[in-house]
Amino acid sequence: MKQLSTKVTSNGHGQDSSYFLGWEEYEKNPYDEIKNPDGMIQMGLAENQLCFDLIESWLAKNPDAASLKRNGQSIFKELALFQDYHGMPEFKKAMAEFMEEIRGNRVTFDPKNIVLAAGSTSANETLMFCLAEPGDAFLLPTPYYPGFDRDLKWRTGAEIVPIHCSSSNGFQITESALQQAYQQAHKLDLKVKGVLVTNPSNPLGTALTRRELNLLVDFITSKNIHLISDEIYSGTMFGFEQFISVMDVLKDKKLENTEVSKRVHVVYSLSKDLGLPGFRVGAIYSNDDMIVSAATKMSSFGLVSSQTQYLLSALLSDKKFTSQYLEENQKRLKSRQKRLVSGLESAGITCLRSNAGLFCWVDMRHLLDTNTFEAELDLWKKIVYNVKLNISPGSSCHCTEPGWFRVCFANMSEGTLDLALKRLKTFVESTDCGRMISRSSHERLKSLRKKTVSNWVFRVSWSDRVPDER
Amino acid sequence: MGILSRKATCNTHGQDSSYFLGWEEYEKNPYDEVKNPDGIIQMGLAENQLSFDLTESWLAKNPEAANFEREGQSIFRELALFQDYHGLPSFKNAMADFMSENRGNRVSFDPKKLVLTAGATSANETLMFCLADPGEAFLLPTPYYPGFDRDLKWRTGVEIVPIQCTSANGFRITKSALEEAYKQAQKLNLKVKGVLITNPSNPLGTTTTRTELNRLLDFVSRKNIHLISDEIYSGTVFTSPGFISVMEVLKEKKFENTDVSKRVHIVYSLSKDLGLPGFRVGVIYSNDDIVVAAATKMSSFGLISSQTQYLLSALLSDKNFTKNYLKENQIRLKNRHDKLVSGLEAVGIECLKSNAGLFCWVDMRHLLRSNTFEAEIELWKNIIYDVKLNISPGSSCHCNEPGWFRVCFANMNEETLKVALNRLKMFVDGPSSTTRSQSEHQRLKTLRKMKVSNWVFRLSFQDREPEER
Repeated sequence: MKQLSTKVTSNGHGQDSSYFLGWEEYEKNPYDEIKNPDGMIQMGLAENQLCFDLIESWLAKNPDAASLKRNGQSIFKELALFQDYHGMPEFKKAMAEFMEEIRGNRVTFDPKNIVLAAGSTSANETLMFCLAEPGDAFLLPTPYYPGFDRDLKWRTGAEIVPIHCSSSNGFQITESALQQAYQQAHKLDLKVKGVLVTNPSNPLGTALTRRELNLLVDFITSKNIHLISDEIYSGTMFGFEQFISVMDVLKDKKLENTEVSKRVHVVYSLSKDLGLPGFRVGAIYSNDDMIVSAATKMSSFGLVSSQTQYLLSALLSDKKFTSQYLEENQKRLKSRQKRLVSGLESAGITCLRSNAGLFCWVDMRHLLDTNTFEAELDLWKKIVYNVKLNISPGSSCHCTEPGWFRVCFANMSEGTLDLALKRLKTFVESTDCGRMISRSSHERLKSLRKKTVSNWVFRVSWSDRVPDER
Repeated sequence: MGILSRKATCNTHGQDSSYFLGWEEYEKNPYDEVKNPDGIIQMGLAENQLSFDLTESWLAKNPEAANFEREGQSIFRELALFQDYHGLPSFKNAMADFMSENRGNRVSFDPKKLVLTAGATSANETLMFCLADPGEAFLLPTPYYPGFDRDLKWRTGVEIVPIQCTSANGFRITKSALEEAYKQAQKLNLKVKGVLITNPSNPLGTTTTRTELNRLLDFVSRKNIHLISDEIYSGTVFTSPGFISVMEVLKEKKFENTDVSKRVHIVYSLSKDLGLPGFRVGVIYSNDDIVVAAATKMSSFGLISSQTQYLLSALLSDKNFTKNYLKENQIRLKNRHDKLVSGLEAVGIECLKSNAGLFCWVDMRHLLRSNTFEAEIELWKNIIYDVKLNISPGSSCHCNEPGWFRVCFANMNEETLKVALNRLKMFVDGPSSTTRSQSEHQRLKTLRKMKVSNWVFRLSFQDREPEER
């Protein structure tokens, strides 16, 4: 008799393919400025390491929050016992206000409509459980975060149907792409329950335009389906434009308190904006009471530690801190992104023009041997083994065009970034010099090509990667 | 087209019945020694509030652990970034050692086989996702923790088939009860994937005997199914016969590294022993590498905050603390348990003889009007409204005999327990059941009208704050 569940045994297939080249290579040989200067530089991890000093300084000035005290008195017992799935009221209030602040206080969030979850990984899965039956589908614009394949589908049985976006218009979502995806779902006999977008986008690093948001709201209205807007990167917007949330658009279209507004849900987390992925803080925001109620109960399966809720409620309630943090964070991200972009430019590599996120969507199509995903993988392996940079190939994000890579810039020091850029420049220049590949290099590349495995196996292996890595 | 999933909407049915009498009444009118001495005393919450001083004192002496420091250096960044679903190694090591210590070091746990989850609630659900497909079943001995109906079944689609246990033999699991449950599952066309027990038991407060454990292992061996032992109360065993973990029995039977051992999984948590339900710390321990690998990935959906992992790894690594804590905790639990038992005895109420847990399984069958669940609910309502105690009726735990109640003793101070016992005394000794005043009679009539079907009643219990074990 079959001992384990189908969820476990079918997943096992991907695990066996053991094709975590980039990740594994990095783990074997991680760069260290002093101890291992020739090691691999991690540029595949969308972490925000730029502003810890601001938080550490706040912690030093406000020791009560971490020491489980309030006004000098120990509240250890109160926190130790607090497991109410409605969440700590002060924390939800602070979260609601922080989310409002990020949106320039143009929209309001009612703390009662917030459901806390152990990270947005948990929030997204919970929303799927609430909105979709096994076999139902959500439409997602490509390229998208590889972790969604597991977070949205694995235990829920929901399906993802891609909304194909292309470089021809900067990967923006078009009406025809939406319709095409909807029809494709029909062809596959899948009932579409909604659309899920990440805004700002991972891996593109761009915020959705007002036009796209209007398009989306109109689309879900006409199809009578849901819209989930994962706004985990909302606080990383550094461009000239303001971040436009789907909530802004609902307000502007005077759709608040309508049926449509009940089908729009926002997901948020403190993992990217505040750089606290270890603390597991995510949230679902919904205008639909039934969803809030069901998701609240489901949050039992992934509550946020009361110790952490307390610390962060104190941190986020300090408006001086939040306003200074958001401003400084944006400055540093902007400066770091510029550094990466100009460094790449000097190597003849362009990026999709971005205004948010912790990464750039880099165009390396001109470095491909052929316009194929095979060639993309070849290039990727070269970059991993020869250039010793771990970056994320577009195919892992379901991009329909070969040659795009996601390169992170906020998870390392400036010096390390400069070194990475230097290495890349050297690599590109060596390739550009009439492709004078030495014999041994040629042999090496031949054996690298033999290692190529099918895209399917490759993609499945990406879904086995440590999913926290966005 | 259904806008929401069935999972989201089916749950609301129970919600609508709004039959949380005990819980709601308590919330409306909570007892407070000073501010509300006539309020309802909460005896339905299995929390361990007896030993916080020990943990607080440790925290005061070891401020680094909460302040993101290690040997005088800040490790805030390291912790803020740490989201590896393999868990903080120092924490898993400390947990493995602590679990060993709880079992008198008679068995050892390999940290590599531990999977961390946000509470035992998450651990149990994750194990279901790993071991069973929708429509398959697990057998559970009754009475059992009401939260299992949601934790094991809701999002997983797995079914629970009860192993009926009765007071005839102290609610012990018998071979025939196991076989009957298995047959029942087959009748219902459900493939049985395993048995899940809670040892020590909630709500019984008893440890599973060696005989029962052997019986269970033989059963799962023969049927080629899994055995999950939720040992969340393992550190609350306060008197003989002592705690025997299924891991010990595997060792004694020389089953380690056999196929059977790969089908035995343990769930643990710090919510009861250490009284830290708010920190969301649970674990799965399995000898099956595939289960460990799958559960580890699934733990992404409920990781433990690194801030909490670090604090507790420091706490549990302090062997002086753990040794003293376990010992002192047991002494206090025993003390409190004895007070409840003797207080009940004094009013002619007996409990199932228990040696663990944070509650007693109380026999109030003699106070029932009739040997029916209807009468049990009536009695329960009396106890809420008249005696002003919130206790848990056995039917909410799927007990098949009316008249049993779970009464918690570790979530209040001694004074409050005294007050509760006094009130109960007055209720039992007070006007006898045959000489109720006119108004009392009217009151009972009204209460009867409020009755709703057992089905709705049970569903409403599923909607109770699930953390309440």
